Amino acid sequence: MAKTEDEIMQGDLQGIPREKLMEMLRWMVLSRRFEEKTAEAYQTGKIGGFCHLYIGQEAVAAGAIAALREDDYVFTAYRDHAQALVRGVSSDAVMAELYGRVGGASRGAGGSMHIFDRDVNFMGGHGIVGTHLPLAAGVGYAIKYRGGDQVVLCFFGDSVVNGGPFHEAFNMVAKWELPVVYVVENNSYGMGTDIDRVAAVDDLFTRACAYQGKKAEQVDGMDVLAVYDATNRAVERARETSRPTFIEARTYRYLGHSMSDPAHGTYRSREEVQAERDNDAINSLVDRMEEAGLLTEEEYKELDAAVIEEVERAAEFAEASPVPGRDEIYAHVYADEFRGGLDRRDAWR
Amino acid sequence: MALITYREALNRALREEMRRDDRVFIMGEEVGEYDGAYKVSKGLLDEFGEMRVRDTPIAENGFAGLGVGAAVAGLRPVVEFMTWNFALLAYDAIVNSAAKMRHMSGGQFTVPIVFRGPGGSALQLAAQHSQVPDPWYANIPGLKVCTPATPADALGLLKSAIRDDDPVVFIEGELLYNVKGEVPDDEHLVPIGLADIKRVGEDVTIVTHSKMVHVAMQAAEKLAAEHEVEAEVVDLRSLRPLDLDTYVASVKKTNRAVVLEEGWPVAGIGAQIVDDIQREAFDYLDAPVARVSGLDVPMHYARALEKLIVPDAEAVIRAVKHVCYLD
Ligand SMILES: Cc1ncc(C[n+]2csc(CCOP(=O)(O)OP(=O)(O)O)c2C)c(N)n1
Ligand SMILES: [Mg+2]
Repeated sequence: MAKTEDEIMQGDLQGIPREKLMEMLRWMVLSRRFEEKTAEAYQTGKIGGFCHLYIGQEAVAAGAIAALREDDYVFTAYRDHAQALVRGVSSDAVMAELYGRVGGASRGAGGSMHIFDRDVNFMGGHGIVGTHLPLAAGVGYAIKYRGGDQVVLCFFGDSVVNGGPFHEAFNMVAKWELPVVYVVENNSYGMGTDIDRVAAVDDLFTRACAYQGKKAEQVDGMDVLAVYDATNRAVERARETSRPTFIEARTYRYLGHSMSDPAHGTYRSREEVQAERDNDAINSLVDRMEEAGLLTEEEYKELDAAVIEEVERAAEFAEASPVPGRDEIYAHVYADEFRGGLDRRDAWR
Repeated sequence: MALITYREALNRALREEMRRDDRVFIMGEEVGEYDGAYKVSKGLLDEFGEMRVRDTPIAENGFAGLGVGAAVAGLRPVVEFMTWNFALLAYDAIVNSAAKMRHMSGGQFTVPIVFRGPGGSALQLAAQHSQVPDPWYANIPGLKVCTPATPADALGLLKSAIRDDDPVVFIEGELLYNVKGEVPDDEHLVPIGLADIKRVGEDVTIVTHSKMVHVAMQAAEKLAAEHEVEAEVVDLRSLRPLDLDTYVASVKKTNRAVVLEEGWPVAGIGAQIVDDIQREAFDYLDAPVARVSGLDVPMHYARALEKLIVPDAEAVIRAVKHVCYLD
């Protein structure tokens, strides 16, 4: 039975305008298609190094970043392609970075794990587990210092909650009332380790209870609208009262931890992965929008085709972008001339 | 010129730079209400308030990382470590974040931060509180490292470090805080990466830094008085950039060198200096270069053994006599 206008407003789609829904849908599809292309390029040797795909988790980046203003800040870990894309780093710049070219977001110096873009306050792309949580707190400190009303959004993986930087950062943002929203992407695994095997709590969001003033909640990270809603409230709270929030998004990565391991194996079963795939975040949003009469199959196909086209062009851009020259080796180590020359001892090269 | 202590010189540098630039703030354990564990930040809280003089929890990794984030967002933090021994908990923030963000972002982000505090042995503080961290940081591209020996250099280098757009590791001498010296009354800046000849001599070059500059000076006076040897003392002042032009020129003049450091010998800063000398002045040498360093062991608590572990003037004199073929 078709729903009434009112039921739609208050129901599954939470009264979010179609335009915003389409935007989030597009980001999720772009993230997915971009990474499918990434996997292909990795297999053919065009991309090297450590490369961690986000496929399955798209709703978290899309829903959370959708709640931000242009002058807010985003930090994340090494699994950063989708966050970068959703934040507005161009597909061209992200793909060229994966290819290690000067047209890349970080001029080919960072690669998959270290995408940065100052223009959209995309603060990386950090490869050491937990290291960027205090950094995000520092940007929050700078915002408060200047009396600004921006917000910092910081994503990280579930394995981070067991380490020191998590607790040190949480304590400082709570005590000093800094406008930081932390989002743990709980995909149940840190590499091959089930979080239940290494965390002394069942629900990760409860870890924040030790930090007075820090609100915490758990959301279904496979539901982009739930993530959007929770982040929206957290961002508003940060902007208006300069208070931090901790969101636990329950999500799932469909593929291996990185390009070097299979989707399932010693630590999880094929059946488990399939069950999660059946609950896909993109399909679920498409179904709900179609049911509400906000999207036709035709429109979805058009969107998908446009995204595939964008990704193909990004790969072409990356391919055509120059490989960094020797001069890039020393170019960005220091802000100014290094007294005596940075290459002074680099003989026979 | 005024005669002030090394501690007062650092305090003056902080105060002048905080007045000059409101993006500069200091944070660390006990820097505010307590006036600093070594009183370097004395009186700053009263003048600048809590947001700019921030007492932190005992969480070195956390507050050092927070400083890096604040720097990336455009502030100019001075992060004080109560001593550098505790900064080992912040090594990740310093090495993996501060030293890397400019490079791995392709030059988009700049990290204007100073990490400072006392290093080196003091008096009977034993193994965990007596370490010389200097080479641990001098090894890292992306960092600059300052190790002033005198009040004037402490003042001038700290001001330069705060104005620098890159992360600076600023290692003070725990036993130098009460050392007095002449300091210019006017604005005083010392460029990072420039060594200074603290004593001119013709017969041998002693290359050293920080507290060991004073040991070298003692040795040089005794060598002149008792052995008619005039030693030139080169104070590195910064370990990164390392000013090889100055010590190589000095060695080309004296033809002999002793390299002195308080820390451990293996992969110590002296190893790099010896390499620079053999590479750039091999043909000028009249003797193999000698090294004097701390002994290759964790620091002992017992005073008698601590004295043996840390290099003293007598050890330097023996090394100088050896390279001058006087032993
Ligand atoms: C401090 C540190 N230890 C170990 C590693 C190696 N490592 C990289 S990712 C990873 C698992 C992290 O899992 P999680 O935080 O859950 O993030 P996910 O990969 O699931 O997104 C490990 C152990 C690292 N990068 N940093
Ligand atoms: Mg995980």
